[in-house]
Amino acid sequence: MSMTPEATDRRSISVTVNGQRHDVDVETRLTLADCLRHRLGLTGTHLGCEHGVCGACTVLVNGNTARSCLMLAVQADGAEIATVEGIASENGEWHPLQKAFHEHHALQCGFCTAGILTSMVEFLQENPDPDEPEVREALSGNICRCTGYQGIVQAVLDAARRLRSPNQESSS
Amino acid sequence: MSEGLIGTPVRRLEDAALLTGTARFVDDIEIPGMLECAFVRSPHPHAVIRSINSSAAMELPGVHAVFSYADLAPLLTKNLIPPDNPNLEFAETTKAIVLAEDEVCYVGEIVAIVLADSRYVAEDALTLVEVDYEILPAVSDCRDAIAPDAPRVHRHASNNVVAEFRTEFGDCHAAFANAAHVFNLSLKQHRGSGHPIEGRGIVIEFDAANDGLTAWSSTQGAHRVRNSLVDIFGLDETRVRAATPDVGGGFGSKHIVYPEEVIASGAALLHRCSVKWIEDRREHFLAAIQERDQYWDVEVATDTEGRLMGIRGSMIHDQGAYTLLGFNVPHNASLAVPGPYVLPNYQLDVTIATTNRVGTIPVRGAGYPEGTFTMERIMDLVADELGMGRDEVRRRNLISADMIPYELPLRARDGSTTQYESGDYPACLQKALDGSDFANFPERQAQARNEGRYIGIGLANCTKITGRGPFETGIVRIGPSGQITVHTGAMPMGQGIKTAYAQICADQFGVDPGNVKVIAGDTGTVPMGIGGFGSRQTVTAGSSIHLASIEVREKALKTAAHMLEVSEQDLELSDGEISVKGVPELSVSLSDVAKALSGAVGYPRPKDVPPGLEATVNFLPTGLTYGNGVHVVEVHVDIGTGGVEITRYVVVNDSGRLINPLIAEGQIIGGVAHGIGNSLFEWMGYDETGQPVTTTFAEYLLPTAPVVPNIEIIHHETPSTVNPLGVKGVGEAGVIPAAPAIMSAIEDALKPFGVRISETPISPPQLIQLIQKAQAKH
Ligand code: FES
Ligand code: FES
Repeated sequence: MSMTPEATDRRSISVTVNGQRHDVDVETRLTLADCLRHRLGLTGTHLGCEHGVCGACTVLVNGNTARSCLMLAVQADGAEIATVEGIASENGEWHPLQKAFHEHHALQCGFCTAGILTSMVEFLQENPDPDEPEVREALSGNICRCTGYQGIVQAVLDAARRLRSPNQESSS
Repeated sequence: MSEGLIGTPVRRLEDAALLTGTARFVDDIEIPGMLECAFVRSPHPHAVIRSINSSAAMELPGVHAVFSYADLAPLLTKNLIPPDNPNLEFAETTKAIVLAEDEVCYVGEIVAIVLADSRYVAEDALTLVEVDYEILPAVSDCRDAIAPDAPRVHRHASNNVVAEFRTEFGDCHAAFANAAHVFNLSLKQHRGSGHPIEGRGIVIEFDAANDGLTAWSSTQGAHRVRNSLVDIFGLDETRVRAATPDVGGGFGSKHIVYPEEVIASGAALLHRCSVKWIEDRREHFLAAIQERDQYWDVEVATDTEGRLMGIRGSMIHDQGAYTLLGFNVPHNASLAVPGPYVLPNYQLDVTIATTNRVGTIPVRGAGYPEGTFTMERIMDLVADELGMGRDEVRRRNLISADMIPYELPLRARDGSTTQYESGDYPACLQKALDGSDFANFPERQAQARNEGRYIGIGLANCTKITGRGPFETGIVRIGPSGQITVHTGAMPMGQGIKTAYAQICADQFGVDPGNVKVIAGDTGTVPMGIGGFGSRQTVTAGSSIHLASIEVREKALKTAAHMLEVSEQDLELSDGEISVKGVPELSVSLSDVAKALSGAVGYPRPKDVPPGLEATVNFLPTGLTYGNGVHVVEVHVDIGTGGVEITRYVVVNDSGRLINPLIAEGQIIGGVAHGIGNSLFEWMGYDETGQPVTTTFAEYLLPTAPVVPNIEIIHHETPSTVNPLGVKGVGEAGVIPAAPAIMSAIEDALKPFGVRISETPISPPQLIQLIQKAQAKH
């Protein structure tokens, strides 16, 4: 095999990640995940399978979840991206999902957590008042090997409650 | 001081970094000038390497080196990764090697390493390394492997038997001669890989000044990594440090030192640069350890009442191509059979076969799931054959509370006798039956059947050896800043042990656990360590930290008494302040004490107190401690699709005294989910030539949120008598009885068809087949 053209093709892209604009020169074959992690230093997004099944790499691209292992950085040119680093509010206060995950022991090794948080941010925007089977269904695209999901399900339900009535503390 | 930190559900100290994306896993580490690597792996289950030509790869821009055995050999003291137990005897040819000299014995075995500017370029180069293979015949199935005319897994071996052993006690011959009933059972048991969501990985930070390295490894045993690298490269300990960043799960997959870690280290030493290797999932499927296959043929003898008189039989274990650790899986499986039952006579002949597949070592549970599966399937068989309740047969055979401590007729791995030193198995069973409304299930079942639905209930017991020694260090240190730190050789890999250790330590100083920093898994701070496996660390490290904390507390009080010129009895310690009882303004802080004990030139030191506010303890458990559990499962089986839905899952668990019930429950629930995977989903497939056929998460299914039910946990706490905290290990408790409980429930649901299940995992198509087969018979 000789050097494939994809290996050397480069392009300049501009992405806004967690509100901050970055101009980067990337190989066209660079995945969005590797761009975020290794070019922009945002290592909170994790890679668990690199083939689109585990969901660990999930980020929000223009508000919609995307598997950053399956997306090329150049495809994100011009996009607004949110990663786990940008979920908390600007003053550093945790997102209700983050608080609920801590409260309900919804993580162990925490390697799957970033992708689950970003997936659930989108899910709760679409369905602010889910029941347990709906939460489990929404989680079906994220694999967690450690927790058995129970704490995650409870946390998402609790976060949904907190988001619906922001002044109320955990109702668990 | 604030009493009772132990036993409280303190929220985890680990969470903040993980929830905000600031944790640091191995792939997050960047070293200036670091190269990335990829491995040339054998595509063949068995082949001779005729030649390796890397010149085309070397021409690719960005490629720095391609090393194969010939290049690395001068660095190696031996082409061998030291085994767990140096005295273990087994077939020479299966010894774990660093890398292939001229023969590859499984798909994924490493032939060469490529160093490049990036993993992208390294992978490009892989396709340019030309390896000329002569393909040899291979053996895939361990039953075929032991046939006399089977192809050899290693071409110079005389056969494919790695080792054979017998586990036995009592007199089976007499037991079977006098038995009222004898029944037979053949089982095929399969468990896949650990599949932590973070794969394996290592960053070798080359230290030119010292001609040494720091290995940042995602491992369950930093000290094992350090010790192995020292051995393999003939270095001394000052030149090798191993440390773990955050570890994204282990489950056995990160228990051993892998060829990848050694080869990457060798490449770093040879090329004098830092090297990163991050595994992709396909590599995990090909080259990370698995637990895989066991074939059991057993018979059971009972009296007229269904009481066990003896169990005997044989088992074949698939060891894979190399003996990477020892025989822990088949050995534990054979030891796990008696479980919580009175079994007077037992004999199991085990044959360990090598195959042209990746090596097997323990995955979470480590053979206990298999031994337990065998025993619990026997229990169900006896119950059904004698027309007895599945609960009743167990009740009759359990070791009763008044028989505890119960001397086991079995020897432990180190040859010592073992005993169940605490526990109450009948009470646990009863709690599980009550908690699951077991007695009323037949009514519900009859009603469901009237509606055309097949529901069933199943149960299983287990015991699990925990707290294996020899020890795990606990160092407790209070610095002049007043900061309390704990250092230990124990290995966090997601369980939450840092929080548990902080609780244990904080308890002695009346401080918030958040004020205790736990530093673990770094050979640079703790000279010795064993690692995270076998549900051992809360027992070993937890006890050491507890004792070291007490020592530091006593030292602090003694020093404060000297400083305040009062007697120790008049002092109290709370919130990190030591004050005279009733006179709170007369006080010194832990920081003051630490400063006094760190010494100052020209000032007197407190008498009779050695320098430094710190203590090191290597607690030696006086024996092993056994946890136990009972699982009761309800399922609904769709006889049209073969789909199994778990509708209820009740766990009674005795892990002794719980340090943090939240964390313990997380371990149990995670273990159950793993057990559900082993029962219904996880199948690591190989074709008959030894080619792996399930190498993505789309083919190898891990349990997802919709298929894992809520787990109801009922704790039963019988404190252990062999450690000061009264704790037993909990890391593997959940996984062990899951498969037999689930299979028992499925059989119960399908009782009208007379289906018997004798293998794990069981898929919907397999279940349909079993139903059809059973129907054809009737
Ligand atoms: S890493 Fe992207 S889905 Fe698994
Ligand atoms: S917390 Fe470890 S994979 Fe989810």
